[in-house]
Amino acid sequence: MIRIDSVTKRYPDGTVAVDRLSLEIPDRAITVLVGPSGCGKTTTLRMINRMVEPSEGSILLDGTDIRQQPVNTLRRSMGYVIQNAGLFQHRTILDNIATVPRLLGTPKKEARARAAELMERVGLDSALAKRYPYQLSGGQQQRVGVARALAADPPVLLMDEPFSAVDPVVRKGLQDELLRIQDELGKTIVFVTHDIDEAIKLGTMVAVLRTGGRLAQFAPPADLLSAPADAFVEDFLGADRGIRRLSFFPSADLELQTAPIVGVDADADKLAARADAPYLLVTDLDGRPLGWGEPDRLTAGSVEREHLLDFGRPFVPGDDSLRTALDGAVLSPTGWAVAVDGDGRAVGVVSQQVIGEAIRAAHRRVARNTEVNAAR
Amino acid sequence: MNGFFDLPSDLQHSYLGLVGLHLREALIPVLAGLIVSLPVAQLCVRFRWIYPPVLGITTVLYAIPSLAFFVVLIDYFGQSETTVMIPLALYSLVVLVPAIVDGVRSVPPETLAAAEAMGLGAVRRYFQVQLPIAVPAIIAGLRVATVSSISLVSVGMLIGNQGALGNMLYDAQTYHRPALAVNSVLTIAVLGILADAVLVLVRILLTPWMPRKGATR
Ligand SMILES: Nc1ncnc2c1ncn2[C@@H]1O[C@H](COP(=O)(O)OP(=O)(O)OP(=O)(O)O)[C@@H](O)[C@H]1O
Ligand SMILES: [Mg+2]
Repeated sequence: MIRIDSVTKRYPDGTVAVDRLSLEIPDRAITVLVGPSGCGKTTTLRMINRMVEPSEGSILLDGTDIRQQPVNTLRRSMGYVIQNAGLFQHRTILDNIATVPRLLGTPKKEARARAAELMERVGLDSALAKRYPYQLSGGQQQRVGVARALAADPPVLLMDEPFSAVDPVVRKGLQDELLRIQDELGKTIVFVTHDIDEAIKLGTMVAVLRTGGRLAQFAPPADLLSAPADAFVEDFLGADRGIRRLSFFPSADLELQTAPIVGVDADADKLAARADAPYLLVTDLDGRPLGWGEPDRLTAGSVEREHLLDFGRPFVPGDDSLRTALDGAVLSPTGWAVAVDGDGRAVGVVSQQVIGEAIRAAHRRVARNTEVNAAR
Repeated sequence: MNGFFDLPSDLQHSYLGLVGLHLREALIPVLAGLIVSLPVAQLCVRFRWIYPPVLGITTVLYAIPSLAFFVVLIDYFGQSETTVMIPLALYSLVVLVPAIVDGVRSVPPETLAAAEAMGLGAVRRYFQVQLPIAVPAIIAGLRVATVSSISLVSVGMLIGNQGALGNMLYDAQTYHRPALAVNSVLTIAVLGILADAVLVLVRILLTPWMPRKGATR
């Protein structure tokens, strides 16, 4: 565990970048430092690998002060990823990735073999191995940056706004990739960003810093959204934190209805039996949704697909959150969200009212838990 | 009748001998200048405040006429090649020092931060990151220094027969053979162009990592 113990950083010009900060960074989880520009995120991160020395306080790694070991030994045990990757432009992709293993004395051949392995892990085509950084896109360079940081298999990964210089689509890809890699490798990651959505998506724990380098709140993202510590945190979270909070509520418990689902080959009797529903969800012969239709306008035996209304974005109960379910219901012209299984077959439909009920129930559950925890 | 490449005996060299001598007198000072410039430039990068005075000194050295250097140096080294080469080496500093400083400073700060964060010490950072990335700028400086050194060697004729190909200019006057002067000037120009071409080639070989003109991505 990394323990930041009452650390202050005063730069020679008098700027106090970090002010009596204490944090316990859990092992094998992603801890995100988030806050407005200039609030001391980079300074905090760089104190962990001693690129910046604290003016006061200490940082402990597994109980020992990080100043106990030689600075370069410490740094080689911590991967570091930065904005714009900071690749060595004069080295090939493979040699970039092999940098730290080479420093640690791994023979060239072995280091390169390991680098090739890592390229695959971070989703880079092996054809890029012999290229130079200028021949890669920004997103690819960032992946190389991640691979380079992972090359010596360090237990700790420090990441300073690694994904902020790429476009939103590439950024989402990189974030998903990081979560996947983290699932496989279980590193202790300290991740700096000024993007609260990124913090909430990636963080197991999120530390919100305010200008002047003081800690505003340190909590799991769901708690941050449900109980911001003060007006600053609430403001920083943005206007729609209620909606975003739904991301942390599972959709598994939603009560699904199957009655309004009919196959495209449904006969007259079947259609008549369901005539009281305002809309029916028509599926193809495999059970995949095709669209919504009003019961009296459907033709028995074969439905004209062009008359069906779009069914919006379906959600997968269990995998997706209430936020996705609600989004599906809001987007659907009928106000009903479609639930599908992993193969895309319709397993039920659910109305906005039912989702609303589920949201209220989830809130009640959280409130009860908070009370129980408070009582303990 | 003398052929174009037949030289008067007082030059004490064949044509090719003079070419070799000329190259030696021109290139050794550039090499010496480079060896001095590298640490000086590194000091200038490390301690920013010494860069302006260092630049001032190199400019002043460049402004001193070679004759003035010769007058002083002849006391120590006589009418020798060394006497010619020392001022040439000093002149080369005025291009090489700023070229290397600019080159080393052109390394992106995030690259340096990454190198530091990966546990490369200051010495490794210099030799494995800063210097290789500065190569294009250094060679650009070397090209200017080399070509100017090749043309400046001729002043060695002022101290008697130490100007290599430049000595032919003196003989052209003495023996009324203008062809010697033409030969001298042409040969010096060709040497300059060839040396420049060699340096461009070296740059291309040393920097496969540079984006090539016209090629994007
Ligand atoms: N070397 C330095 N000397 C003096 N002041 C500095 C130095 N580095 C940072 N600062 C100041 O310390 C404060 C915190 O800087 P830091 O880089 O840690 O912020 P940050 O949270 O990473 O900001 P950003 O989101 O813009 O990257 C800022 O006010 C900055 O101006
Ligand atoms: Mg920063």
